[in-house]
Amino acid sequence: MSKENKSVPLEYSTEENELKIFGFWVFLGAEILLFATLFSVYFALVDRTGSGPIGKELFELPPVLVETFVLLTSSFLIGLGVHAMRIGRTKAMIVFYILTLVLGAVFLGVEINEFLTYIHDGATIQTSAFMSSLMTLLGTHGAHVTFGLLWGSGILLQIKKRGLNAKTANKAFIFSLYWHFLDVVWIFIFSFVYLKGVL
Amino acid sequence: MSMKELFAPMKEPMIFGAGISILVGAIAIVVGLTYFKKWGWLYKNWLTTVDHKKIGVMYIFVALIMLFRGGIDALLMRAQTAIPENGLLNAEHYNEIFTTHGLIMIIFMAMPFIIGLMNIVIPLQIGARDVAFPRLNALSFWLFAAGAGLLNISFIIGGSPNAGWSSYFPLAGIEFSPNVGNNYYAWSLQISGLGTLMTGINFITTIVKMRAPGMTLMKMPMFTWSALITNIIITFAFPVLTVALALMTLDRQFGTKFFAMQDGGMDMLWANLFWVWGHPEVYIVILPAFGIFSEVISTFSRKNLFGYTSMVFSMIAISLLSFMVWVHHFYTMGHGVMVNGIFSITTMLIAVPTGVKIFNWLLTMRHGKITFTTPMLYALAFIPIFTIGGVTGVMLAMASADYQYHNTLFLVAHFHYVLIPGTVFGVLAGYHFWWPKIFGFRLNEKLGKSAFWCIVVGFNVAFFPLFILGLDGYARRMYTYSADTGYGPLSMVSFIGALVLAVGFALLCYNIYYSFRHSPRELTGDPWDARSLEWATQSPVPEYNFAIVPHINQLDEFWYAKKEGRDITAGQYERIHMPNNSGAPMWMAGVLFLFSFFFVFSVWSLVIVFGIATLGFMAYRSFEKDEGHHIEVAEIEATERRLRGEL
Repeated sequence: MSKENKSVPLEYSTEENELKIFGFWVFLGAEILLFATLFSVYFALVDRTGSGPIGKELFELPPVLVETFVLLTSSFLIGLGVHAMRIGRTKAMIVFYILTLVLGAVFLGVEINEFLTYIHDGATIQTSAFMSSLMTLLGTHGAHVTFGLLWGSGILLQIKKRGLNAKTANKAFIFSLYWHFLDVVWIFIFSFVYLKGVL
Repeated sequence: MSMKELFAPMKEPMIFGAGISILVGAIAIVVGLTYFKKWGWLYKNWLTTVDHKKIGVMYIFVALIMLFRGGIDALLMRAQTAIPENGLLNAEHYNEIFTTHGLIMIIFMAMPFIIGLMNIVIPLQIGARDVAFPRLNALSFWLFAAGAGLLNISFIIGGSPNAGWSSYFPLAGIEFSPNVGNNYYAWSLQISGLGTLMTGINFITTIVKMRAPGMTLMKMPMFTWSALITNIIITFAFPVLTVALALMTLDRQFGTKFFAMQDGGMDMLWANLFWVWGHPEVYIVILPAFGIFSEVISTFSRKNLFGYTSMVFSMIAISLLSFMVWVHHFYTMGHGVMVNGIFSITTMLIAVPTGVKIFNWLLTMRHGKITFTTPMLYALAFIPIFTIGGVTGVMLAMASADYQYHNTLFLVAHFHYVLIPGTVFGVLAGYHFWWPKIFGFRLNEKLGKSAFWCIVVGFNVAFFPLFILGLDGYARRMYTYSADTGYGPLSMVSFIGALVLAVGFALLCYNIYYSFRHSPRELTGDPWDARSLEWATQSPVPEYNFAIVPHINQLDEFWYAKKEGRDITAGQYERIHMPNNSGAPMWMAGVLFLFSFFFVFSVWSLVIVFGIATLGFMAYRSFEKDEGHHIEVAEIEATERRLRGEL
């Protein structure tokens, strides 16, 4: 397991690393199913608003556009981070990863604010089946982002302490896959929840 | 909730008795371990192990205990319904028992038994040293054990779930099931389901990435193929259950409206989500059994498996179809003719690939030199009995006819006729077949065959009458009936069958003790003259599985090498890298158990404490430096010679 293959990027360089990346792709397959189920639930319940608000009354596009812009940019930055890692620029990589996490935190802040606005307007998770499914879908995505912030910070600490090696590079790369995945899920939320909702 | 309410179930004498016996058993185990000074041994060798073989053994050990818990539930149900107007159980207690019987047998018996066999066999069959993620594998096991524990304490503390194993809304909602039983349902399935999902990911990675050199996909043994397909189904189906259970928790404990009767809620959404997971789940427990039968039939017919390629493609077809039939579980719940028609057709289609497999097994045996060992007997009994289950399945698949059978004992008889000869006979065949590989001695054949005959006869006597009772209109889940229905005599026959079945399982367990005392040591590593790679190494299998990883040129390489007098495991030993043991998986599962337990009772402060502790364990794992260890050549040589009986 300690044998390193120099002809591939550091994060793929050991057999163990390769297994971990493959396994994580399979895990992302399971995550797709998880979100697909939540989307199905949302589509099944989207018109079942009871006495609560409908999407059109609820959604405000400006904060959603901010969220979209922030998250997409963070995904781009983590891509730059992985590129920096591959050419061995550890410092640049750490900066890109920190910026990614900062933008993730901004996204989370805007989303929490959005939730608070809904609740302030009297639309809670208990109001109607529509509200339950909406807040569960968004909340699950938000919980993933929150977990990502903790996870990403942990990996940054390890790189800071132990430098860039086969293990830490592997972790940083897998984290970037996770982060891109959350971005993809957000694109679906943006298109099929918000845009479809306000149209 | 007050202490009095918490222990309310204990007021019933039967539950009190069961509670006391669990307590006495637990104290006996603790005292015994302390007296014989075995705590250190248990912790070092078993509780902290990451060895796939030991994890497999632990899975099967817990599965057998759960088989007895679920079996006692079954006996109680048959005893209660053996005579009309029986007062053994009241309606409430009967509801709890049929719910936990279903849950335990499917989730905590069939699944872990199969996953246990996969754990033991798959890395050996593909010539790997362990699974891809040994530590994750240990966590999978401990999460399953935590889930099983959580469901089992429910009947003493707070009350068992009682809305059926499918827990349909609105019955399972807070309005109609206000006690904590269904919270237990959600959380015990949730944490064991997470473990299962991790198993799925782990085994897909193992099988795809870690096969011995030369073993292409179409040279894999059939059990490995079945395991690969099963784990793909697991990975795609279990996230649906995760979501369904989370929504159940939200509805019951946080007042959301997913499955509510007002504010736009949709109770049928639960039934759909449950069966989108639930039907693939049926194939998760049946496909590996098909794989086991393929190995057993081919080994004991002394022939290669007939129609290998069609076996693989029929399993792939079954796995795809398994996601397209879920509506057949509720034809009568008001869809249109169109929807029922489509799902009728997809359901009947499943009979085609399954039929292909049945004929392949029959043709494998044709002109074979069949030896009637215990595993082979289970395989032989499986074919005709399972076919009865399959044919009645096609009857149920016809939507319009299903209105007649729906929710009757006919359905109950059908799925027991599929699951018992399929899954249970399958895992029992595998259990007898692979036992010598793990323990280095065979189970006694005479006792094994006696148990087999009790099980096969008892099963048919217990379940065939249910077909007739069902057609006569006996609805399932009824705790009693009046004498003028005429259900009495056949119900009594069924109860007698259940008793015979119980004797069979008792013999099965006695056989462990008997063989442990009397069975001769097995030194060849290949007691059955078998075909696949797991028989090429020593029995019991050393920690590192193969001293030399063999090169594979064809299917059944080991068999042909034997015939040609080649030794595929010869070569120069090199030091082997192995993962380190760790107690973290067990403690983390323990913390998640407490998290779930307090979640069931909505004790939020402790939920937060144990939730943070869980994250702490994840961080600990991330920061931990764990390089594994090496087994040196001298040690490998010594181990190999000892296992061959040379030392």
